[in-house]
Amino acid sequence: MLELKNISKRFGDKQILSNFNLTIPDKQILVIVGPSGGGKTTLLRMLAGLESIDSGEILYNGQALALDELGKRNLLGFVFQDFQLFPHLSVIDNLTLSPIKTMGVSRQAAEQKASQLLERLGLASHAGAFPFSLSGGQKQRVALARAMMIDPEIIGYDEPTSALDPELRLEVEKLILQNRDLGITQIVVTHDMQFAENIADILLKVEPR
Amino acid sequence: MSYVFEILPSLLSGAGVTLQVFAWVLVLSIPLGIAVAFFMQLHFKPLNWLFHIYIWIMRGTPLLLQLIFIYYVLPNVGIRLDRIPAAVIAFTLNYAAYFAEIFRGGIQAIPNGQYEAAKVLKFTPWQTIWYITLPQVTKLVLPSVFNEVINLVKDTSLVYALGVSDLILASRTAANRDASLAPMFLAGAIYLILIGVVTLLSKQVEKKFSYYK
Repeated sequence: MLELKNISKRFGDKQILSNFNLTIPDKQILVIVGPSGGGKTTLLRMLAGLESIDSGEILYNGQALALDELGKRNLLGFVFQDFQLFPHLSVIDNLTLSPIKTMGVSRQAAEQKASQLLERLGLASHAGAFPFSLSGGQKQRVALARAMMIDPEIIGYDEPTSALDPELRLEVEKLILQNRDLGITQIVVTHDMQFAENIADILLKVEPR
Repeated sequence: MSYVFEILPSLLSGAGVTLQVFAWVLVLSIPLGIAVAFFMQLHFKPLNWLFHIYIWIMRGTPLLLQLIFIYYVLPNVGIRLDRIPAAVIAFTLNYAAYFAEIFRGGIQAIPNGQYEAAKVLKFTPWQTIWYITLPQVTKLVLPSVFNEVINLVKDTSLVYALGVSDLILASRTAANRDASLAPMFLAGAIYLILIGVVTLLSKQVEKKFSYYK
């Protein structure tokens, strides 16, 4: 269980979040929905260690986490809105580079794990492909697989449908629900209300202040 | 034709000196330029000031002047260098400045999201540079880098100012001695061959990096 207590964040003189509280139970899907400017992406980025947190407390399973070390903590695996795959690396290398270099996993073990993930995501035949040759939906699944390779506690998606064709929305829904069935805790940030309602266990609406 | 074979040995030995300077400058200035470009990304003000002044001087004064400064002026403060090392140092400092600007442009063309992706995947800053940024920057800057490399082949002719017997000096010596322009044309042909080789090489390297878009 992840608990956020009294989280505040400001950019310059713009207060994005003030004394924000949130609890995310394990194995559930929290969807944060609302128009842009409400701080929902900022919240996700803070948990990933991409933005600093001005004040507040974050507890994971009752244990307080140092706010300035969230980046090192491997709390949140981040699936970027525009995927941010590494264009010069093949799909399998996109997945295995971090576990091999940052966790000391053997290449063989990393590739085995990556192959299983790709298999589950229906990308087994694309392991040797380069990102430019993939469709948007495939890129997103690679991005998800890459985030999962280092076993974060939670997977966070920033606007997962915005860079995809509308008909792919259903595919993303299925994927996220499939992950829930596997017991993965997920946070999804979106402005797509319909999509949010279809997948949310907990729906949080954020309005710009 | 027999005259060509008569002067060819001295011209080829001059070309050897040209290539020697060229090779040294290339292997020293590219890494130095890359290092400067990456250090400029640290946004450490005093360091950035230093690098900006360095690049300003290197790009803002003629290379010939820089050569003369290192070879003729530095001995006054106790730094005495032989001709070729002096030339190599002057060229390296000058070309590293240009390479730094090329690589800086390449680094800035990498989307911020790539750094963020590297960060959430727990890569250290050095790993990010080595595995993520540098390979992508290299592809981006290849055409500009090879452009500079071709310039360098020809710019090495400036070493004649220090009395280094490179290709140009060898051909001028022959031209003056024999009152003929043929050695100059021959030197031109040798430069064309050298640059032809560099051009072919650049095509090969660019092809090697074309496996992704």
